[in-house]
Amino acid sequence: MRIALFVTCLADTMFPEAAKATVRLLERLGHEVVFPAGQTCCGQMHINTGYQARAVPLVRRHVRTFDPYDVIVAPSGSCVGSVRHQHALVARRGGDERLASRAESVAGRTYELSELLVDVLGVTDVAAYFPHRVTYHPTCHSLRSLRVGDRPLRLLRAVRGLELVELPAAEQCCGFGGTFAVKNADTSIAMLADKMRHVLSTGADVCTAGDASCLMHIGGGLSRLRTGVRTVHLAEILASTEQGGSPGERGELVVRT
Amino acid sequence: MPATAPGGVGQLRGEEPFPAAARRALADAQLRRNLGHATATIRAKSGAVIAEVPDWEQLRAAGSAIKADVLARLPELLEQLEARVTAAGGVVHWAADANEANRIVTDLVRATGSDRVIKVKSMATQEIGLNEALEAAGIIPVETDLAELIVQLGDDRPSHILVPAIHRNRAEIREIFLRAMPGVDRALTDEPADLAAAARRFLRQTFLSTSVAVSGANFAVAETGTLAVVESEGNGRMCLTLPETLITVMGVEKVVPTWRDLEVFLQLLPRASTGERMNPYTSMWTGVTPGDGPQAFHLVLLDNGRSAVLADGVGRQALHCIRCSACLNVCPVYERTGGHAYGSVYPGPIGAVLSPQLTGVADNASLPYASSLCGACYDACPVKINIPELLVHLRDQVPHPRGESVAMAAAAYTMDHPALFAAAQRAARLSRLAGRRGRGLPPPLSGWTAGRDLPEPPVETFREWWAKR
Repeated sequence: MRIALFVTCLADTMFPEAAKATVRLLERLGHEVVFPAGQTCCGQMHINTGYQARAVPLVRRHVRTFDPYDVIVAPSGSCVGSVRHQHALVARRGGDERLASRAESVAGRTYELSELLVDVLGVTDVAAYFPHRVTYHPTCHSLRSLRVGDRPLRLLRAVRGLELVELPAAEQCCGFGGTFAVKNADTSIAMLADKMRHVLSTGADVCTAGDASCLMHIGGGLSRLRTGVRTVHLAEILASTEQGGSPGERGELVVRT
Repeated sequence: MPATAPGGVGQLRGEEPFPAAARRALADAQLRRNLGHATATIRAKSGAVIAEVPDWEQLRAAGSAIKADVLARLPELLEQLEARVTAAGGVVHWAADANEANRIVTDLVRATGSDRVIKVKSMATQEIGLNEALEAAGIIPVETDLAELIVQLGDDRPSHILVPAIHRNRAEIREIFLRAMPGVDRALTDEPADLAAAARRFLRQTFLSTSVAVSGANFAVAETGTLAVVESEGNGRMCLTLPETLITVMGVEKVVPTWRDLEVFLQLLPRASTGERMNPYTSMWTGVTPGDGPQAFHLVLLDNGRSAVLADGVGRQALHCIRCSACLNVCPVYERTGGHAYGSVYPGPIGAVLSPQLTGVADNASLPYASSLCGACYDACPVKINIPELLVHLRDQVPHPRGESVAMAAAAYTMDHPALFAAAQRAARLSRLAGRRGRGLPPPLSGWTAGRDLPEPPVETFREWWAKR
């Protein structure tokens, strides 16, 4: 199958390993991945911070870029959620009905990685190997906006060598919330503290999720506490095999004390 | 555009923005323990009894549909309600805002000659600051709901819609009673049964010696002019039946078309709010009945910004709210910051959308941002108010700080030009070096590095890697 990669601005800039892993994984499963030129950002930051009019050109760009493809994937529940639930609304509010209906069409062909694998490609065992104790944080937008359900867990359970441990209070928000983490930094950090406490209580050495943004937040907290627990995107775990391709040159964290 | 709720009266506006008020709450370890314990307990109870109902999702959809219908023909239903209440011997008053409602109620109480009223727990009267208005007129309001009484005696403010004293534990309550409850036994312990008995002794005296009551209403049935209050303690029923005069203050959105509609809400409300299958007391009254119950009944229909909310096609769904507080109990922000941080009698997620709409967003500009948009509130809402959608909608109306506006415009322009975007990515990578020297990000981004490390940009962006493939 020919699959268009919607990389997301955050993965492109800060977490390319998650996007590269998505490419490696899909190619290993025998699919062709294309990277449509001209893509930048879905506009979620603008929409959620209160700048919907500013997001209209970004929605237009996104729709124009991805309209030619039948199947689109992103390694981010949050950005897929924005495409699915916000793009048409923003276009309609901007008075562009034609854009809104095209956005709905693109949204109907856009999948978060675990959705693509399980629902479209029909696989739960992607022949991965990742010999670590792992706990999974569901992330709010994957959980409630997309309702990915247990798809990521089914994928993780099929990974060789991986010991999956349940995260207590998994469904509670980690406190990232985009600009919330900056506008309400104290509250965000209080939420993060509880999330980290739960992650550490599992004894896992890796915390994974389907969203680079939440992992950036949780990973930033774990790094500050020097816990040694790593955050790794779900795509990187699924792309890992005994032959290699395990999480490698991910951006290290700058430790500021 | 209809008028919003007036300033200087009632309790819909905080004195400081949410982040500042939240910071103080976050530093209060006792408050966080009280809240964490209480919300977790209610969540578990509520979750268990909701799981018993096989058609919960259909009930939610029905509740939402009834409310949407009510809002679509509100004037017609209110006129029908007025006609039926009048025909049943009640008197209907229309209050455009808090000032008018307070004046109407104060005048009505004065006309009875009583200098004291007993009150049924009511969010509408909290919203308009009725107690303060009555006190200014020399009339003593006595709250009869146990938690409201604790708040009143403690000279405090409610911090939860359903559990106004959720921020207090029993040791604190004992101290409040010893300090402020008339005639309290000095040997009072902090056992819940002992505390409840003390309140009961005090309230009984008050019930039997007060001739005027003020209530709110959970529902009003247009087809018969019937008002309804649901409660757990029985104090409400005492207020609704013992006094000679009953004055009910009701937000206009509380009307429902028919008795049949109550069936849906009387299932949704207790399970979502207190985690009970049925609330212990449901009191209903229609006008006056000679020789039985209050012989004078007044209904004050309160707007106070509701017409302005109704005028917003997206925002109006906040008026679906049946004040169950399920959204508060699942909200990770509420759980850690408490109700006072929201600065309004409506805290939590519903407060973050309702308060700014009632006052106009400029007066509560920080509230739509008091959420991580995690969506737990939407899932919990028994009438399916899409609170995350509403928050985003309101953020679009907030007056934005100039620096942020400029930055957002620049970011949007950059992202709409891929070559510029790639250049910005390269610039971010250059900050690797700067980052090693720095001690965190500059304001307004310093909030990030206050408690988290920032990942370093990688040596190569994805698109650079792809181009070389």
